[in-house]
Amino acid sequence: MSNVADPLGAEQRRRRGPLADFSYRLVREKPLGLLGAVIIAVFVLVSVFADTLAPDPEQRQDVSKSMQPPSAEHLLGTDHTGRDFLSRNIYGARLSLLVGFAATAVAVLVATVVGGLSGFVGGRIDLLLQRIVDAWLAFPGLLLLMTVMSILGTGTLQVIVVLGLVFGIGSSRVVRGAVIAVKENAYFQAAQAVGSRTWHTVLRHVLPNVMPPIIIIFSITIGSVIITEASLSFLGFGLPLSVPSWGGLLSREGRRYMQVAPWLAMWPGIFLTVVVYGFNMFGDAVRDLLDPRLRGGAGRFSAPRRKRS
Amino acid sequence: MRTYVIRRLLLFIPTLLILSLLVFFTVRLLPGDLVDILTAETQFGVSSEEEKERLRAMMGLDVPAHVAYVRWVSGILLHGTLGPSLQRGNAPVEGKILSRVPVTLELGAAALIIGLVIALPVGIYSAVRQDSAGDFAGRSVAIIGLATPNFWLGLMVLIFPGNWWGWAPPLRLYPFSEDPLAHIGMFVVPGLILGTFLSAATMRMTRTMMLEVLRQDYVRTAWAKGLRERLVVVRHALKNALIPVVTLIGLQLPILVGGSVIIETLFNLPGLGSQLIQALSNRDYPMVSGINLFFATFILFNNLLIDLLYATLDPRIRYQ
Repeated sequence: MSNVADPLGAEQRRRRGPLADFSYRLVREKPLGLLGAVIIAVFVLVSVFADTLAPDPEQRQDVSKSMQPPSAEHLLGTDHTGRDFLSRNIYGARLSLLVGFAATAVAVLVATVVGGLSGFVGGRIDLLLQRIVDAWLAFPGLLLLMTVMSILGTGTLQVIVVLGLVFGIGSSRVVRGAVIAVKENAYFQAAQAVGSRTWHTVLRHVLPNVMPPIIIIFSITIGSVIITEASLSFLGFGLPLSVPSWGGLLSREGRRYMQVAPWLAMWPGIFLTVVVYGFNMFGDAVRDLLDPRLRGGAGRFSAPRRKRS
Repeated sequence: MRTYVIRRLLLFIPTLLILSLLVFFTVRLLPGDLVDILTAETQFGVSSEEEKERLRAMMGLDVPAHVAYVRWVSGILLHGTLGPSLQRGNAPVEGKILSRVPVTLELGAAALIIGLVIALPVGIYSAVRQDSAGDFAGRSVAIIGLATPNFWLGLMVLIFPGNWWGWAPPLRLYPFSEDPLAHIGMFVVPGLILGTFLSAATMRMTRTMMLEVLRQDYVRTAWAKGLRERLVVVRHALKNALIPVVTLIGLQLPILVGGSVIIETLFNLPGLGSQLIQALSNRDYPMVSGINLFFATFILFNNLLIDLLYATLDPRIRYQ
């Protein structure tokens, strides 16, 4: 319409507001991202309404119906104690999303604090913190997680905190880079020059300007967090045995009875793949829409470009 | 270049120091008396006071943590030993690690090679025939591959071929000296599972880099000279596109290590990964620290090597 006066649609975007503009561009430009968003929405709804949606919310055991193949009564069959497997998986979705969102939130917080401190203060603190991050990054995530979890013992809260810490320190480099970039800007130097207080500078000038990378960290990390939680639970170092996590379902029912009841090993993995696919696609779209410069060749598994020194 | 190498090696020392602290103190976080837990779990049979004292002394729990740490590090540096393991016989940790390393290295090498063999051709094809049906198919498989947990893929391979065709991947160890072919055969399926996972990221990276390079002036010049497609793609474009891919392979090592833990456990391969799981479930913490230190140091050295390789591959990069 007003294309001549406003070729880039900047005015239109302002009028729509950031959230509406983001949704508009997601629908228009990123079909796969939209698919991801739909997948996420479906699983979130299923998790929220798990109690009404699950055919058997109490997950009753009935040994007489143990390991039945999928049927009209039990769409995904039953497990070794005769529990409805669809219900188990629905509660698995709730657990997986809960841990995924919570651990990623912790990770973003850790990344912001560690990366922000390192980038903002700079100097010796930065040098020291960066050596710690170096050492941390050389420690393969899963090994660190398994070791700490075996010491702390399995538990939902432990998994959330430990996953958040491991992923957060890994992502702190991105925040550090963004903060250092902000410090180069005229508005930051102007704030310093007029003697603005440190906390005021941080809240008013730094934080708002590093929000896009922080949102991007959240959206591209959550898929890996969910898959890592499942791997940990599969190996027996994640969520406790008493709860039906997807990784746990695969390791116990799935592995033990895989020859007689292959569906027990199949469904949790399929759900897991679909959810992670959804989060990855949506995360990629968020990254492309918020900050196209961060688009790495390898998609979300590419580490932030290393600084050459 | 030489000053760069020296600087990198110097920066290595504090990183290694922090790493050793991290490795050592993660297993010391345990609340309560580790020895009480160990003896309560009765895997050591006797739980007399002398036995407890002996265990404490062996794990350095009889002295403050920092003293134990210094002992541990000087043991490594001066005597090349990671200390006794808690398993029967108390054999030194490093012996066990060294005996388990070959299997993990073979698995890792198989995964890397299989990953590249899949990723490079598909990535190149995807870039050269951008937006074709083949490109679309390759990319779709790659993004689904990135979302598939490899332990689940492993489970599926253990179940379904067996159910359908009565074929199952080998689950026992064949020493290379006895049956070389069967020995290599052990690694085919686990290597494929780990390799396909790695190839998804490598393929996407190859494609992006190729697309970037194919738009460069020197590639247009090569086309203008009337060179055949194969020459343009392989000699002019590919060589330059592969440089960042080398870095990516280095960055995948931690993922590969984590994956090998899962795959070794699933396929009964006696490597370092399955040894770690065993050590964790036996609460053999000296062994756990030893394996963690080994893997992390390996990755650190590798990062350095890759940065140096990068410098020699890409003459545009000049380190001060």
